[in-house]
Amino acid sequence: MDFFQLLSDLEKADAEFLDRINPRRRVFKYLGNAGQKITTAAVPAVLASFFNRAYGQSATLTAPVQAVLTLALQLEYLEYHFYNTALGIAGLIPSQETAAITTIRNDEAGHINALRAVLGTAAPTPYLVTDFDYSGGSGTGNGPMKNALIPGSTGNTNGALFFAAGQAFSDTGQRAYKGGAPVLNTTATKDILEAALNIHSVEARHNSHFRTVRRAIVANALGSAGAPAVSPYDAAPKSWISLVDNGGPTAPDGSKPASKVYGPGTPATGTPDASYPGEDNTSQAGVNLTTLGSTYTAAAISEAFDEPLDPATVKSIASMFTSTAGKAKGLFV
Amino acid sequence: MAAAFATSPTPLIPDEPVLRQPLQRRSFLKYAGATAGATALVLAGCKKDDATPTPSNTVVFAAGDVGVLNYAYALEQLEAAFYAQVVKTPATDFQTGELAYFTQIATHEAIHRDFFKAAINRDAPGQLIQDLTVNFSSIDFTKRASVLAAAVAFEDLGVQAYNGAGALIKNPAYLVLAGKIVSVEARHAAYLRDLLYPGDATNFFAGDAVTEPTSGLDRNPLKPAALVAAVQKYVTQTLDASQLS
Repeated sequence: MDFFQLLSDLEKADAEFLDRINPRRRVFKYLGNAGQKITTAAVPAVLASFFNRAYGQSATLTAPVQAVLTLALQLEYLEYHFYNTALGIAGLIPSQETAAITTIRNDEAGHINALRAVLGTAAPTPYLVTDFDYSGGSGTGNGPMKNALIPGSTGNTNGALFFAAGQAFSDTGQRAYKGGAPVLNTTATKDILEAALNIHSVEARHNSHFRTVRRAIVANALGSAGAPAVSPYDAAPKSWISLVDNGGPTAPDGSKPASKVYGPGTPATGTPDASYPGEDNTSQAGVNLTTLGSTYTAAAISEAFDEPLDPATVKSIASMFTSTAGKAKGLFV
Repeated sequence: MAAAFATSPTPLIPDEPVLRQPLQRRSFLKYAGATAGATALVLAGCKKDDATPTPSNTVVFAAGDVGVLNYAYALEQLEAAFYAQVVKTPATDFQTGELAYFTQIATHEAIHRDFFKAAINRDAPGQLIQDLTVNFSSIDFTKRASVLAAAVAFEDLGVQAYNGAGALIKNPAYLVLAGKIVSVEARHAAYLRDLLYPGDATNFFAGDAVTEPTSGLDRNPLKPAALVAAVQKYVTQTLDASQLS
């Protein structure tokens, strides 16, 4: 019997053998199965303790890994404070949606805790709501999305502009996580990669919901998930991104502040792990999907794949929503 | 772009059928000083002890990236077949607009299936798994509730499968591809959950049934063996993902 046969037999006899000799794998298994039993307050401490034991200190995270996680953390703060602020404004969020936005806000708080625990001592000082400019005015407070947090203002009936902003934020998040995944794909960071993937898919779930609600608002059918999408999909989008969704939501001043969220990053072409095509991409890994089956339209193909976005483009989008105070803290710089 | 991808530096050689963890792979390479190709050959020999003849009605996912791609291809075959049946024999009580959305989802899943088939045939000729024969006898396609429940299950399993397989992928290009697809599966899952459980904070798009309330992470990413066990009842062939871990 040789060494490999021995390993194979050991694993057959004891399914957790390999987990036991490689304890890093247990960290997220623990989160996945037992997280429910931990109180919210205890989570940061529990996570921190696990990571410190499993990975040593954050000093062992390489600079590229830290950069990916820090940008992700900043995006989570952008989202968290936006939803948390909105929940505190009477009359902004229709009552049918309060539970959903509360869920989303709480998920972002969880993501913040998870990312801070992974970053450990490298985590930045927590960002405050005053570090953001939700008007999209880069600190002027007078950007195109300023009505998104004003109940019943122009363009914001039933919170339409608020949900539009939520769509743009969560799509920025899902594209940013996708763009960061290859950096986390190292032997030492497999568990961090898995955690990031499990945040990434939740951002996509949130995004799908924002889109579903936006259709319902346009159809005057709040609470109806079956409301129809209306071409060209900037106002009443599908629950998935179709081509570039006509540049995304339109602000009351007629501008398209989210157009970069759906457009290409830099570089736009190359291998999948080193390129950031726009959401209207119809070629995957060098396979031209328009020629695979004659019935596949470019729109359907684009819907079937979401695209990654590079950090520089993500920052250029997100920095529109940074206040002077936030910029001073290096937010999205 | 096609050429660059096809000549990716990570070789798509099915390797390490027994070694499950980087720790062991490193140890082996340290002792053997072997190249990946040699590793595959040596391990082919090591496997001799377990040589149970593979029945022809078994679909085996080989270790390594090709196995992961075939695993994804199997899942997408299953999803595509399910939605094709939904569209072919729509539930009699579908509400307005729902069939149109199922038709879109059916197309997305068929595109995923055909993409994997093309990518595997190009990057690993001759290693594509056989077509799956599906068995959906446990699903009542005439009832909206039954169809929606099955669809939610398939989409959540899809998310769990890609999230659980991400860390098994070696080639970063394939990892990004999995990421490009998993978010669309998550969109489907969220949309279908909002249809099936409107306003139900436990079960809707990102309710506690799907995300950890404390960490906000998607629940229970599944390793291939666990995922295969969950979908085995829908497939006539025996699915063997024991080499993918």
